[in-house]
Amino acid sequence: MVRPVNDARILARALADPGSIVGLDADGWTALLTMARAEQLIGTLAMRLDGLQMPDGVQAILADARAAAEHGRRAALWEAEMARRALSAVDCPVILLKGTAFVAAGLSAGQGRLIGDLDILVPHASIDAVEAALLAAGWEWVKPDPYDDVYYRRWMHELPPLIHRERDRMIDVHHTILPLTARITPDAAALIAGSFTLENGLRTLSPNGMLVHAAAHLFADGDLAGGLRNLWDIRCLIEEFGTNGLDMEAKRHGLSREVARSLRLVDALFAEGTARGADRLYIRRITARDGWGRPTRPITRLGFYVRSHLLRMPPAMLARHLWTKWRKA
Amino acid sequence: MLIAPLDEFTAVYHRASGITHLLTEPAPQILAVLGEGASSLDVLLERLGRDYDLDDGTREALAARLEELVEAGLIERA
Amino acid sequence: MRYAFSVRIGPIGFRIGSDWRAPIAELRSLYRDYPKPHDGIPDFTVRLFARRPWRRIIRPSVEIGGDYMLPEAAPLPLRQGLLAAEMAMNLQMALGARRYLLLHASAVARDGRAVLMTGISGAGKSTLATLLAAKGWRFMGDEFALLDAATGLVHAFPRLISLKNEAIAAAELAWPDARMGPLMPATPKGDIRHMVPDARAIAAMDTPALPALLVFPRYGFEPETRPVPPAEAFVRMTQASTNYVALGEPGFRSLTGLIADIPSVAIDYPDGASAIEQVEALWSAL
Repeated sequence: MVRPVNDARILARALADPGSIVGLDADGWTALLTMARAEQLIGTLAMRLDGLQMPDGVQAILADARAAAEHGRRAALWEAEMARRALSAVDCPVILLKGTAFVAAGLSAGQGRLIGDLDILVPHASIDAVEAALLAAGWEWVKPDPYDDVYYRRWMHELPPLIHRERDRMIDVHHTILPLTARITPDAAALIAGSFTLENGLRTLSPNGMLVHAAAHLFADGDLAGGLRNLWDIRCLIEEFGTNGLDMEAKRHGLSREVARSLRLVDALFAEGTARGADRLYIRRITARDGWGRPTRPITRLGFYVRSHLLRMPPAMLARHLWTKWRKA
Repeated sequence: MLIAPLDEFTAVYHRASGITHLLTEPAPQILAVLGEGASSLDVLLERLGRDYDLDDGTREALAARLEELVEAGLIERA
Repeated sequence: MRYAFSVRIGPIGFRIGSDWRAPIAELRSLYRDYPKPHDGIPDFTVRLFARRPWRRIIRPSVEIGGDYMLPEAAPLPLRQGLLAAEMAMNLQMALGARRYLLLHASAVARDGRAVLMTGISGAGKSTLATLLAAKGWRFMGDEFALLDAATGLVHAFPRLISLKNEAIAAAELAWPDARMGPLMPATPKGDIRHMVPDARAIAAMDTPALPALLVFPRYGFEPETRPVPPAEAFVRMTQASTNYVALGEPGFRSLTGLIADIPSVAIDYPDGASAIEQVEALWSAL
């Protein structure tokens, strides 16, 4: 059975229903693997398809992906450990976010996941102490541009990016989960208060907190690049923890609409749900990847890119920000 | 940790971090002693002199070497 | 993508897609005697593409993309499309190879044992491998040697040999009947011409060899041979490997094992003939 491969729904299907890969021919496998790589999901795909019948060539490629994910997991946990040591003297909770949190807590969302930088959440009041401790322990600023610095500190939800001198890995220190200029203002203190503690003293958000964060990150923070992976994270969290109390948590942070949409999209992509109305546009954007790994549907993409900037900054600020950046270029 | 002596340098692979370090004495010997269990500065100094013939050390010098190993992530302060 | 070509080089299969016909035609011609990827499924995908649709025709410039990409990489003019394809394949190997420890070294073999030659660009490892192959050694590769961490064997990766500047003439002299790609003058790295490895190299590409000698050549000096201390050899090899860190423990074991098991020798040489003599002498002394 050969289906024309024109978008990443084939990848979504393979993840949700591993058995569906039966009958894939060489071209189909090639397209699936290329898409998975492009969407940063090849490690996840490897975990999901482990043990199934497949050509030897695919077996080898997926084994490599599993090994790469394992190596990445180890490196991510080490970064978290080094951050823990650096911040041990600062008396504040340190909450791991995103991929590092998933693997630190042994969640299914962490299996096979490719992890980039270390993201942590700390209370706003402790941000200066945290910054000082990290700088003292070998991290340094990535960008020395003072205007960017002012922008970051006043408006963004995180410190300007820091990179470790020796290990060459970045850390993003957040004090809330959305930029201060976005029109939605989550309750960071509540997120921190509801966090769970791991054995080593580091923390993660509560399951509902993680779900709300993932939904916020997906819709309000970005142009939906990496959307498929984000939605897979959400699907895994729901499978593992359910949605008890999720409505209330979402409402507390002003993210009811985003969380509801993410649940509908997970249902449409990975289960039997059907997308309707605006959801269909989101699905189109999220699955806009072809069998050669190229992003497709440029008009949809552009629409989301402009939209994401509008979300991050009120229009007047956006104009001023872009003008200042242009002046300096 | 995996340890591979290569002439006067020793290559060390730190499993937890995946980082390879190239160390020269007294670092490998310090790691060997601490590998048996946590130790105080004075006991460590004494062991290095007694077991490895490294007896030119002072407390200050050893403290400095230990600090380097802490920064590299190979040992932890108790 | 409009034009596509697949090929297997040693254990690694590639799929190359292109917005233009010419680079694919050149690849198809030069790699005509090579096998296809295992099971028809390539390990890496490479794309040669135009950033904007009109750049396919007007001042055509080839951007390099694929499974692994460098966002700031500068595009190349279409007449250097073959070079772009080779660079793109190198990039996939450098950033994505995991099954083998990737050594930035050329390799030739005799009686199932291999000499690995490593060094910075210009040290002569490509040229030396080509010249030794003309003297009866089996050519395994000019750019990457693949070390299997589990077995300690080195696997061949005999892609098109990338010859630069004076090396082009030297290779043409040693291999008068070799098939060559187009001469590409004045690329970012000077004049470049690709040479197809000999038939024996292609036929034997799936036969690994046991590493026996590690050489650090240096071109343009009076002949001299000296041993390289283990720690220095180890460090230089980690720098010569793009995936040493990614491989973790198996990488550490195989590299320390390699340094411990075989001699590491630096050779300074003024010309090809001298280098060959030095390598042969070292080999006999093993």
